[in-house]
Amino acid sequence: MTQKRDDITKVVYDEMYFAANVPRVHYKAVFDRIREMPHEQLLQRQQAADQSFLHQGITFTVYGQEEGTEKIFPYDLIPRIIKGDEWNTIERGLKQRIAALNLFLQDIYHDGHILKDEIVPRELVFTCKHYRPEMRGVNVSGGIYISVVGTDLVRISDGSFAVLEDNLRVPSGVSYMLANRQVMKRVFPKLFANYGVRPIDNYGRELLNTLRALAPHQTAEPNIVLLTPGVFNSAYFEHTFLARQMGIELVEGRDLVVHDNIVYMRTTAGLRRVDVIYRRVDDDYLDPLTFRPDSTLGVAGLFNAYRAGNVALANAIGTGIADDKALYAYVPEIIRYYMGEEPILQNVETFLLDKDDNRKYVLENLDKLVVKAVGESGGYGMLIGKDSTAQEREDFRRRILQNPRNYIAQPTLALSTAPCLIENEIESRHVDLRPYILYGDEIKIVPGGLTRVALKKGSLVVNSSQGGGSKDTWVLL
Amino acid sequence: MLSRVADNLYWLSRYLERAEHTARVLDLTLNQLLEQRSDEAMNGRIKNLLDGLFAEALPENATLYDMTEALAFDPKNHASINFCVAQARENARQIREQISSEMWEHLNMLFHRTNRVRIEDVWHMQTTHGFFRDVKEGAQLFQGLTDSTMSHNECWQFLQLGRYIERANYNSHFLDVQFGVLKESQYYPEIAKDFMEWVGLLKCFTAFEAYCKVHTADLRPEKVVEFLLLNQEFPHSIRFAVDSMEKALMAIDEATETKRAGLPNRLIGKLKSDLSYSHIDEIMETGLSDYLDGIQKQSGRIHNAIYDVYISYPIEKALV
Repeated sequence: MTQKRDDITKVVYDEMYFAANVPRVHYKAVFDRIREMPHEQLLQRQQAADQSFLHQGITFTVYGQEEGTEKIFPYDLIPRIIKGDEWNTIERGLKQRIAALNLFLQDIYHDGHILKDEIVPRELVFTCKHYRPEMRGVNVSGGIYISVVGTDLVRISDGSFAVLEDNLRVPSGVSYMLANRQVMKRVFPKLFANYGVRPIDNYGRELLNTLRALAPHQTAEPNIVLLTPGVFNSAYFEHTFLARQMGIELVEGRDLVVHDNIVYMRTTAGLRRVDVIYRRVDDDYLDPLTFRPDSTLGVAGLFNAYRAGNVALANAIGTGIADDKALYAYVPEIIRYYMGEEPILQNVETFLLDKDDNRKYVLENLDKLVVKAVGESGGYGMLIGKDSTAQEREDFRRRILQNPRNYIAQPTLALSTAPCLIENEIESRHVDLRPYILYGDEIKIVPGGLTRVALKKGSLVVNSSQGGGSKDTWVLL
Repeated sequence: MLSRVADNLYWLSRYLERAEHTARVLDLTLNQLLEQRSDEAMNGRIKNLLDGLFAEALPENATLYDMTEALAFDPKNHASINFCVAQARENARQIREQISSEMWEHLNMLFHRTNRVRIEDVWHMQTTHGFFRDVKEGAQLFQGLTDSTMSHNECWQFLQLGRYIERANYNSHFLDVQFGVLKESQYYPEIAKDFMEWVGLLKCFTAFEAYCKVHTADLRPEKVVEFLLLNQEFPHSIRFAVDSMEKALMAIDEATETKRAGLPNRLIGKLKSDLSYSHIDEIMETGLSDYLDGIQKQSGRIHNAIYDVYISYPIEKALV
């Protein structure tokens, strides 16, 4: 199995520029428009966009900074464009990958054929803290474990897309994707119209259909709710946004109560049965009777109602095993096993650190690699070798030796760059791409997704929780 | 709607109404007391005011400065304006999606403006009036925004309910303390003839001008009490508050189609008809204080009944 070998010594692919000042064909119109636009006007449009975000309260809480307060989610005006045929490949690849991952989850929580056939090592699955033994033998609605997936893609030096990681638990960011598009249409209406961009506005409806597909019994109007941890959660804005887009109730744990294994919602008109919960609360916090007993965000008895088939959850409990970064290395094999096909989208070379020779190599080359903790998200628990201090590397070295199963390493990828308006100048910044995949009656993918930008110069960390920003993504017709 | 949301809306309204009432009364009292010469009378008035606002008593030698600090600025004093505005805003923040963005922005700005103020900023410059005015107008503007930017749905009804229960409760108590005390005082006959006392009392309810339109400037104690207690048209009369409570409860009953609303409906129905059919002479004869006390108790029962039926009902009751 060939994987793309890539590192920072290679030339970085630029989204817009083919060569210095020579735009790629599909970017030419944007390139010309920006060049002919007087600088002040460009700044004005950026400000108008910022105002629009401010006005709508499109904010994000950044942890670790002094205030930990709401900040406007940084947004860059210049769109990131993907050609139609490039996207078609991505779409096929993602559908294949997500179908395989879903079958994997079905399998390991039931008969475990893939483990018996020794394609994926048992210890990898059972030592994963996100594997939930409680889910063994539980039948989920429609056999769908992963209704909403955010898979992160990067474009590497040769211009192809590779999968960086899957996010199968509570992927966020889709509201920013929708908000970005709204703003772009207002800021560059003619340019947008002339380009012919695939629409994404029906996401709310598609998501609702995806959730409806999970309704356990034949109710005409299933009661679907969005479970949020509440106002203090960093993604709260997105929860309210999506609930509003879909026209469903936004609830917190304390609004729900389980009686006789049925979930109800406390309303002024009495108790109302709940059929489907789009839950934006982690597994650990969902049910104090089954998982963390100190959780105040969940609902006591929810798991029992779930197991009894009286309520559906999107995503299912226990999907974290499939987005574990160590399992990631086996995904190409997983695709071959269940789909009988070669993977359409490539993985990035990954070193599993519980293997002695891998570990030796990685510890000797920490300054050239990226090390990630397997169960983390949001860019936390990560070491970027080339940007790190000796102390940080020593710290990670210790952690790796203490718990090698918990870490993987990858070469520092030359993420593609795109032009951004940074403090009155146009400069290049590294970007990635997070498309959103919905698995309902069929697998649907929103054209484009969120292009995330590492706003800090030279940085490769694009996560919003670590000060990243975003762009609108245009997939051409 | 979610019970939790009803709870937040209800308390948002109650706290804001409380802040407005306190600001008005404190503003007027400070004005009046500036002319007070006798220490004993001053202490008496301060005690009265604190009592009338359900506030904790202050030490014997408390000054106007202490009283203002306690009732206006101290964020830890639960009777203070700053505390009430902060609570109103916190409740609003929890249910930001249910109220209009104009309502939220306005209340949020009011909170930031007023909670920043400390007594040192305004006392010596004698700009306390500006602070009180900001709070009063802030509350009134919020109500205006609520009426015009929000659908008059179940959420809106809970906002009205909170406002008017607070009003009925506070007005009854305040009137009881102010008038009841005056009536018991040995100086009552003189006070009864003291024009400014009654003007002051009416102004505590923004009722002076409205009263004069009905009764002319002939301020007679029984007429003043009758106006504040039984007038059907004036928004700050207790009867008006109770009528409005009933309207809100009926609307909520209809919106929720609940069959369990027997108790709150019965309690409010009783209170409303009592106020409709009472005559001021009967009330004065049997005892005004007892009557006002009865209204407060009934409001309390109604509050509990609302929670029992709509908000914190136990599951067993709801599954019947």
